[in-house]
Amino acid sequence: MVEHTGIRVVHRGGSKINFREPVITSDSRFLLCGSGESVKVYSTSTEECVHDLQGHTDLVTGVVLNPSNHLQAYSCSADGTVRLWDFTDGILIKTFIIRYHIFSIHVSEKHVGVLFVVVPMANEKGSELFQLVAVHLPRSGDPEVEVGELSAVLCDVSPNPGAVSFGTGGEYIAAAKGLQLEVFFFKKQKSYRFSLKSGMNKGINNSFTCISCHPKEDCIATGHADGKIRLWRNFNQKKEYTYSTLHWHHNAVNTLRFTPEGTNLLSGGIESVLVQWRYTQENQKDFLPRLGAAITHIAVSPDGSLFCTSHADNKITIILSSVKVSAIIQGLVKDDCVRTDLMIDPRSKALVLNGKPGHLQFYSLHRDKQLYNLDIVQQEYIHEQGVDQFQVVKAAFDTHGDWLATVEERRQKSSELEINLKLWSYDEQTQSFVLNTTVTAPHEDQITAMCFSPSPETTLLVTTSLDGHFKAWLLADHSDTEESASWSCDFVGGYHLLKPGCCCFSADGSLLAFGFQEVVTVWSPTSWELLTTLSQPPGAVRDLCFGRLSCSKYLLGTSTKNQLCCWNLLTCSLEWNTPMDVSLLQADPFSENMAAFCSQSGSTDLFVFKPSEPRPLFSKKALCTGKVERAIFAPRDQMLESSEEYSQWLNRSQLYFLTQHMDLMTFSTKTEEDRLLASSKQLMVDDSVAITPFYLLLGRHKQQQQEKQELLTNPLAERTPLPQGSIAIKELLDTPAHVLPSASFLCSMFVRSLLVSSSSASCQDAMLTWGMLLPG
Amino acid sequence: MGEFKVHRVRFFEYMPTAIRAMSFNAHTERLALARVDGSVEVFNFADRYFQEKVIPGKDAHSIEALCWVGGRLFSAGLHGEITEYDLENLRPKYSLEAYGGPIWTIISNPQGTHVAIGCEDGTVKLFEVLAEGVQFERNLDRQKGRIISLSWHPSGTRIAAGMMDMIRVFDVLTGHAIQRLLVDRSVGGCKSRETVVWTVVFLSDHTIFSSDSAGKVQVWDGHTGTLVKTHQLTKWDVLALSVSKDESSVVAGTSEGTVVQFQFIAPNLQQQEKEWVRTRTFKNHTHDVRALVEIGTAIVSGGMDTQLVVRPLLEKFEEKCFASGLRRIHFPHRNLVSCAQKARLLLLQFPGQLELWRLGESDGHGKPGDILPLKTKPEKLLYLKRKGKDHICCSALSSCGGWLAYSTVSSVRLYRLQTDNNISITKVPKLPKVLRSAHQLCFSSESSYLFAASSQSSVLVISLNQSECKYVHTLKPKSGSRQPIHLMTTSVDGKWLATANSDCEVHVYNLQKLELHCMVPMYSSCPSAMGIHPTTNNLTMVHADQQIFEFSIAEKQYTVWSRKLQMQGLHNLWLNRDTPVTHVTFNPKNPDQILLHDMYMFCIIDQSLPLPDQKTQFYNQMTLRSLSEQERPSHLHAFKVCKSFQDLMCMRLLDDQSLVVVERPLMAINSQLPAPVRQKKFAT
Repeated sequence: MVEHTGIRVVHRGGSKINFREPVITSDSRFLLCGSGESVKVYSTSTEECVHDLQGHTDLVTGVVLNPSNHLQAYSCSADGTVRLWDFTDGILIKTFIIRYHIFSIHVSEKHVGVLFVVVPMANEKGSELFQLVAVHLPRSGDPEVEVGELSAVLCDVSPNPGAVSFGTGGEYIAAAKGLQLEVFFFKKQKSYRFSLKSGMNKGINNSFTCISCHPKEDCIATGHADGKIRLWRNFNQKKEYTYSTLHWHHNAVNTLRFTPEGTNLLSGGIESVLVQWRYTQENQKDFLPRLGAAITHIAVSPDGSLFCTSHADNKITIILSSVKVSAIIQGLVKDDCVRTDLMIDPRSKALVLNGKPGHLQFYSLHRDKQLYNLDIVQQEYIHEQGVDQFQVVKAAFDTHGDWLATVEERRQKSSELEINLKLWSYDEQTQSFVLNTTVTAPHEDQITAMCFSPSPETTLLVTTSLDGHFKAWLLADHSDTEESASWSCDFVGGYHLLKPGCCCFSADGSLLAFGFQEVVTVWSPTSWELLTTLSQPPGAVRDLCFGRLSCSKYLLGTSTKNQLCCWNLLTCSLEWNTPMDVSLLQADPFSENMAAFCSQSGSTDLFVFKPSEPRPLFSKKALCTGKVERAIFAPRDQMLESSEEYSQWLNRSQLYFLTQHMDLMTFSTKTEEDRLLASSKQLMVDDSVAITPFYLLLGRHKQQQQEKQELLTNPLAERTPLPQGSIAIKELLDTPAHVLPSASFLCSMFVRSLLVSSSSASCQDAMLTWGMLLPG
Repeated sequence: MGEFKVHRVRFFEYMPTAIRAMSFNAHTERLALARVDGSVEVFNFADRYFQEKVIPGKDAHSIEALCWVGGRLFSAGLHGEITEYDLENLRPKYSLEAYGGPIWTIISNPQGTHVAIGCEDGTVKLFEVLAEGVQFERNLDRQKGRIISLSWHPSGTRIAAGMMDMIRVFDVLTGHAIQRLLVDRSVGGCKSRETVVWTVVFLSDHTIFSSDSAGKVQVWDGHTGTLVKTHQLTKWDVLALSVSKDESSVVAGTSEGTVVQFQFIAPNLQQQEKEWVRTRTFKNHTHDVRALVEIGTAIVSGGMDTQLVVRPLLEKFEEKCFASGLRRIHFPHRNLVSCAQKARLLLLQFPGQLELWRLGESDGHGKPGDILPLKTKPEKLLYLKRKGKDHICCSALSSCGGWLAYSTVSSVRLYRLQTDNNISITKVPKLPKVLRSAHQLCFSSESSYLFAASSQSSVLVISLNQSECKYVHTLKPKSGSRQPIHLMTTSVDGKWLATANSDCEVHVYNLQKLELHCMVPMYSSCPSAMGIHPTTNNLTMVHADQQIFEFSIAEKQYTVWSRKLQMQGLHNLWLNRDTPVTHVTFNPKNPDQILLHDMYMFCIIDQSLPLPDQKTQFYNQMTLRSLSEQERPSHLHAFKVCKSFQDLMCMRLLDDQSLVVVERPLMAINSQLPAPVRQKKFAT
């Protein structure tokens, strides 16, 4: 089979923003954080993503501000490069190629032109030992520079970036690992090691977890796994060092940070409480409780006016120095497992999956932003281990997004299963889902599959359960009574007391297929007649999928015994089958294409094929390690015009999948990357304001007025051409009419843009568009 | 090891009293400790914290403060008197009324020429220390309110005095107060309650530390009288402060039982400027820390929970050694229990009374570890209250159970006992005039003589018979030591008497000739227990540093076994044990066995077995149990340690081969302590 190099597996959308510590810029207006393979620049006041700094080809593992230019930032990545960005304009300035897997990056004002990065000791991926090396950046004008000179500073450091910190003015660097603290003095070129006695025999884990150095005094604060904070002093000698202990956290201290003046120490842990300790007055402390999830990182702006905390639920909270929450940036919430399938909300085109416990989250992949959470369980969640609580395990949308069906279940130890089926209707007025029907105990056992009929005439929901039955639920219309429509069970069916594992409607909704262990049964949903049975033992059917469009005569099924079968429904016979361990079969709703994820020797391969063709359109071996169990074809907002055969399947939709480590990955083609790169070169508008078409028009108008005033006050100033005139008009055309300003305003603005336009080409362009605009 | 029927005695309700004050003499490395009942104990810190001397207390004679002036020990208390102690005769030498009401504190100047006391009436009185006593010199300016604490500036020209709500600094030459430092009242608590400045410490750079009842430790500039820094340690009192000799560290003890250390540290390592920073916290007490001393390598603390804790500062040690371990001293290093082996009686000594118990009897048999049913229950025969104000310092019971004697610092009393059918006790009316007080009392094995340790290491021999008791002789050592005898033992055949004194001398007297037989070669550490073997007449001595010697009295030299032991050296685990051995006895059925015990274990040394070397497993009882009969002999060694009895006060072997073990569980002591201050605990 052919491998295609033009398609890469990338993190795009829904990546972790809490993976590494975020950075607040020196003017406190922006927040930079690594998110997947890009660095995101958020506005601290509006929570909007202002820039997406693209360029790295692997996970970004650290972001720091350039100490010699506060408008620039370095980012390091697992792809072995460090990149320097102008984050206000979103421009990549330089790329330093280091060729090691970089785990974190540290800088200090004292060491100009030197970066400190943590790399593995031996240049292998599986290496367990890490070292801190100094990278001397070569002075060269090239945008891509190879770095040759690396000098080791500390050996055997923790890969956790929170365990390394620079001391007062970069005089020394302190690193903690396990039970040992190491302090390296640059001037003396000497390091001191201090180790703690293991408290393991007393049942205490006092190993170091994080570290922070006081910015003015020689004091190192270390956090420990038993919840203690130690303040080390006098550490420039081996014997007479001393420390004091602070104890508030009842669990491990995840992160520690001194404020820039050193007056306060901030700490956080699993308690999801931000603790602010007064330096030298440690028994006075302030708390910011109920932050929602465990604190993983704390960052402080260079002027000390803002703090921000990263949380375990992929969230960044921005906190004023008066310890008040001012903004929350929420990423895709990823629990340790996703019980529901990945779904696309047909209305908002948002990705829908489990979010907070008991919730469904709606996540816009295009804007890379969480839209909202829908509370399904509607019960208080208790933050305690070992408490069995309701979980959302299944969810399904109908074709138009009018109905949402959810299944929640709770299995308490030694008691029976509790299942609720809930049906939600979309309310146009509130623009959200409203609970319509709750069915308690819809089945006697776990529900294995659930799907809506795609046919436009009926609203029909089918559920299958391990109790050996499938049930069809219909929306009963009580138009004669006062009550609104509600759902009720219409048909209960089964097949030889076998347990149904999956169900699938054909694209037009005329056929319904169930997998009853080894047997596939095809039913007519209008008459509930068993039309035919198909069987290809051995192995129970795992997944069923009808072909679409030109391939709608095919039914595909996968079985647990490594079989991928394709039946022709016209002849009711097996068309072809191949031996493959398919863990997931996913149909593209916009084409005939099917994606099959096959797990093979610990990693997953992907095949994209048409059921009618024997040859796969695309195949990728060793996509990722572990099994892929959730994937979805998401529609693109803009079609790609890729002509190459191997990437055509990505033109209309994009395939997202969740790896074993809960990373949301997708495929990116060359054309797509080119487009992204081109868009990142665009000049940007004022960053603190969200970019809406309305703003593009009005904001520019304001700018022009300002410029005009400047011109009046300073006649010597040159008149600058407005190269964006035509783009503005393009935006104007793309914009729906109801958000446009009044025509008189547009007219005057357009005339003015003609006056200042310098090139005749853009003038002509404008003339043309004007002509188009007038009839509308 | 052998099987014994064990009387596990738990009816000894010994209750140590709280520690009130401490003073450390860095020159002689002796720590003097005062308890609430007025007793004073002297520990030798050069000799494994061995409790060398105990001066018994006196009713209504509490001690508030102790101080060393050279080798002399002074105390003062709320009774309003200054007392100097006679450390050779273990009694107060004299008491001097200070005429200032109750005395809260006493302190000597660094030069050792004067002591100052702080009185209830608001005066600081200076006394000159003369060779024969102390003499009142003058008063400093009298203040309103009591003087709680005093600290002398190392130059000797200034005194800081802690009072109610304030600290005064006095110029010693003029006697005038030159600074007045006001201490805040507690923040959260009642504003009307006065703040007591419990302790002040005056450092040579004129920094003053104060600790008060509002839970603060404050640092003051003594030149300008300004507050430099306040450390709020607790909601309760900070009762004790102590500064290290090099003035780089100050420790404070709180009512919560914590000890907090402050260190003089440069905040920026490159600069010389230093400041006081709160650093470590130690929590070794459950109750108030009332007394605290920093001795350079360790912090010594004591308080309401009656234990003395030596917390080593680990950074001062290069390697692990005995002094680098945490030590807790709970029990006195001497015997409070006497046992009549023949009559099966136990005499329990309390400061205020004696109790005589008859042991229970059982004729059951069982496996090791079984609890046997009792035929007769243990029975309290006698409760003997002491006469006079002075506390009992020693007591003795003859092995036949016919005689009982006790001594206070002022008198010795001897009683004739009858315990067979109807219990009767009669005081022996006329004691010889020479027998005024004794440091140790001991009966000979046939109860024909009473030996009383007297001043200058001499022993009075008094013969006893039914009708009268008669002074026979005074045994005097040739060394001319003036130190008191703390151990005395006789041989079973009645021929030998061995004594040990605080100068580490061990003398052996021949009782038939009534003369000094020999002196055992001197060893640097004090003997903590000794015994004479019933058949071979070998003297076995165990010293405070855990060394064991066996000395043949007949040959006047160490035995072969003792030499072998010294050649090979004792096992490190034995040497690093926590508490000294307090009693040595022998098994008459098996002459090879020596029985000894300390607080945490008892041990049988079998002289017929090979000695363990450093590589052998020392605590091997569990291993031996798992081995088969054939393999066992190759693993045996001379030291057989049993830890099944804890918190041992006493262990004796009765004549019927049953063992008496007197335990005083620390849990029981703790449960009788008053409730500690309330502390918020997490998750309660």
